[in-house]
Amino acid sequence: MPDGDGSLFEPELAERVLGRALANGGDFAELYAERRGTYSVALDDRRVERSLSGSELGAAVRVISGDATYFGYVDGLAEPDLQRVADSVAAAVRGQRVEPQQLRALEQPPGQAIEQRPEQVEPARKAEMLRACDERARGAGADIAQVAAGYNEDRRQVQIANSEGLLVADDRTRVRLGVQVVARRGEHVETGAESLAGHAGFELFSADFGAVADEAARRALTMLEARPAPAGPMTVVVGNGFGGVLFHEATGHGLESDAVQKRASVYAGRLGEQVAGSLVTAYDDGSLAGEWGTDAIDDEGTPTQSTRVIEDGKLAFYLYDLTRARKDGRPSTGNGRRQSFRHLPIPRMTNTYIAAGDATPLEIIGDVEHGVYAVSFAGGQVEPATGNFVFGVSEGYLIEHGRVTAPLKGLTLMGNSLDVLKAIDAIGDDLAFKSGFCGKDGQTVPVGTGQPTVRISELTVGGTDV
Amino acid sequence: MRRATKNAAGNGGAPDLERAARLAVEAAVAAGADQVDAWAEESVSLTVRVYEGSVENLSEAGGRGVGVRAFVDGRSGYAYGTDLSENGLRSLAATAYGAASVTDVDEHVGLPERCGAAAVPDLTSPDVESWDTERKVRLALTVERAARERDALVSNVEDTIYSDGRSRVALANSLGFAASFEQTQAYAYAYAFAGEGSDLMTGLGVGTARGPEGLDPEAIGREAAERAISLHGARQPATRRCPVVLDPFVAASFMGIIGGTLSARAVQRGRSLFAGKEQQQVADPLLRLTDDGLQPDGLATAPFDGEGVPQQQTVLIDDGKLRTFLYDRYSAQVAGRESTGNGTRGSYRTPPSVGTTNLVVDPGGASTEELIAQAGDGFYVADVSGLHSGVNAVSGTFSVGASGRLIEGGELGSAAREVTIASDIVSMLMAVRAVGSEARWLPFGGSVKAPPLLVGEMTVGGA
Repeated sequence: MPDGDGSLFEPELAERVLGRALANGGDFAELYAERRGTYSVALDDRRVERSLSGSELGAAVRVISGDATYFGYVDGLAEPDLQRVADSVAAAVRGQRVEPQQLRALEQPPGQAIEQRPEQVEPARKAEMLRACDERARGAGADIAQVAAGYNEDRRQVQIANSEGLLVADDRTRVRLGVQVVARRGEHVETGAESLAGHAGFELFSADFGAVADEAARRALTMLEARPAPAGPMTVVVGNGFGGVLFHEATGHGLESDAVQKRASVYAGRLGEQVAGSLVTAYDDGSLAGEWGTDAIDDEGTPTQSTRVIEDGKLAFYLYDLTRARKDGRPSTGNGRRQSFRHLPIPRMTNTYIAAGDATPLEIIGDVEHGVYAVSFAGGQVEPATGNFVFGVSEGYLIEHGRVTAPLKGLTLMGNSLDVLKAIDAIGDDLAFKSGFCGKDGQTVPVGTGQPTVRISELTVGGTDV
Repeated sequence: MRRATKNAAGNGGAPDLERAARLAVEAAVAAGADQVDAWAEESVSLTVRVYEGSVENLSEAGGRGVGVRAFVDGRSGYAYGTDLSENGLRSLAATAYGAASVTDVDEHVGLPERCGAAAVPDLTSPDVESWDTERKVRLALTVERAARERDALVSNVEDTIYSDGRSRVALANSLGFAASFEQTQAYAYAYAFAGEGSDLMTGLGVGTARGPEGLDPEAIGREAAERAISLHGARQPATRRCPVVLDPFVAASFMGIIGGTLSARAVQRGRSLFAGKEQQQVADPLLRLTDDGLQPDGLATAPFDGEGVPQQQTVLIDDGKLRTFLYDRYSAQVAGRESTGNGTRGSYRTPPSVGTTNLVVDPGGASTEELIAQAGDGFYVADVSGLHSGVNAVSGTFSVGASGRLIEGGELGSAAREVTIASDIVSMLMAVRAVGSEARWLPFGGSVKAPPLLVGEMTVGGA
């Protein structure tokens, strides 16, 4: 098989498999094939110690009949195996049969420009990068007690054919560098982390990758000075970049159409309603150049797009995959994503962000008499059905008289996504993106989260200083 | 050709896993590795999701793969792949050998000397195979119906899942160890809603077993409904410091986190709150915690761990004292100890690393009602959220979101939500005042069997 042209199977093979998958009925059938190659290496306790290479090849067959989906997968792309999966999926289907359409010519939308293919870079250089990060982080101060760093590259070549004649391929390359630092002063221990990642090649690290280590070390050292966070309702300023996690979790999941259709979202039935302050416009955009959550097509072959989900505070659009779009009589928004060929595609965010406003971060903070400034989150959890969320803040500060003062530990933010979006009363001009991993239904996919500095007039802050 | 075990996964022409593992080992040795192990895996699984009385999706799948770990002059490399042909295995072995070249020399890496298989009961259930798909779908539908019919307050059942799987693994290494085992498991859960709009509360019902026969679909559905209903009408309470009863769901989640911090690797790398606390008092003497890799009902039970060391029972906390950490071969070597059989693998895609098997908290004598009565005025924690982000594994401090019921005059009172509970792990364990008798298996934070716990005092943050 020629490498690089993305062709994992011949169209004739796909037509045979789709025909068999629909043998007992079904409205739609799909063959999804994937070749995946990964390499990762990690450093911990001053040693490069985890050098790991992986390769996987496999395919999945899916049939949709009415509201039901039937799915199976297999390792490898041998025709007898694919036929067996198609037969086993078909065996469960009962329904009207549609004739599969003849496949169109293979489309290969231009993906991201990869200047330096990571698999062509010597592994020793990747290990060297980790050693350099270790040195940089340890150089930040005598309190740095431990450093761990990891590099990961991942190439996914996918090819999708379906009974509506679609035949499309995509080639995706992602790289990521992450650094974690432990700082210790006597009994007091804190951690800090930072990462740099993108849908890009090794050129992503041609700039100063050591800044990743500096930032992780700075966070850990800062937290050594932290005092117990206050508790109670107060004004919260959420920093740009990583702060977008809050929007992703608290609102984004509620915009995914599977939750909406099951009335498991607080945003169900609210299209056109004012769900946020009128300053707020937000997007999901899987086509942003180089971003971590970017792909040319989603995992059902729909081109990714920019979807305006909130416009001037009004709920404008949900995020769709093919199955849910079909149910609502709409086109997919290109949000049908899956972790691998072993997973069913479901509606997922790509790069989700609140659009920039025109205030400077200094102005936004300057107007706060007493509050907290949440810069980065340790993660969080949200109940999409109610919009209730809890977030741990890994780097946060007190705001006193318009100035950022003491760092805070044990800071959590909790509230309801509807209340929070409505309480946004200032948006900064400093939109930035961060990379993350998002888990849902047992599937993890790379997502980008973006945000400018945002002020929430009141939010419940949970701390231990009560 | 010797076939060590009966052929498990039913797909025609499945390669013999032990043979594949041995071939990979031989190939890596031929490539120049000093020591090698290979872990091969083959599995079939079925998952059905139902909604409003019909199948929403049904997945049936089979997979296989192998992971090869090569040690070369004190360096280690790892490669995994899904191609189990002879050529595929040879290429994988060469990749693992090559991957070792970039790592630093570490005198502690290598294969365990003491490999073997512990005696374990049959880990399979015949009903995973003998039940047809239709019967499994009916089980899922019964779970959903039991949740919906439990009470008029149940407004929706968002997700109802039944899933089972059968897997076979084989491990071979260059010291001559070769063994395999087979296991099955099944679980079902439902996620029910009670109430509407801003009053909506959710509840999870769950059950795990070796096979579908071991699940009680009515009980799982009822539990989802009852957990949601018990929180109906919840409001944010005032902040207080008070006794707290942790529901088994919550106790299990905390134990999962604690189990992770008892990894010797985390301790050695300065990432555990328990570093330096061996043989010290870290809990009230009432609390006894064991990592039990041999419990007949535990889904993490296996004859050997991910590097061939027999699984065992390891007492972690006894009489309130921290007795030992959990070791894989590497961390044991660093500490000058023996592996505790905790070199676990998520799958063939990851090399072994320290992990828990089945965490078991010994049950006490108190019924849940007695715990609540003993609390007097306090808070019953039914659910926590944000545990993984809210607990600092190094310092032990945590602040997590919670919902539950206030305890008033020794009885469950009004439902409460938007609460944070905050403390630190050791203070919480030291403050355990009573251990409940109603322990159960839960799939949170691994495989955990936990009873409810009464904790003397915690900060319960509200309005």
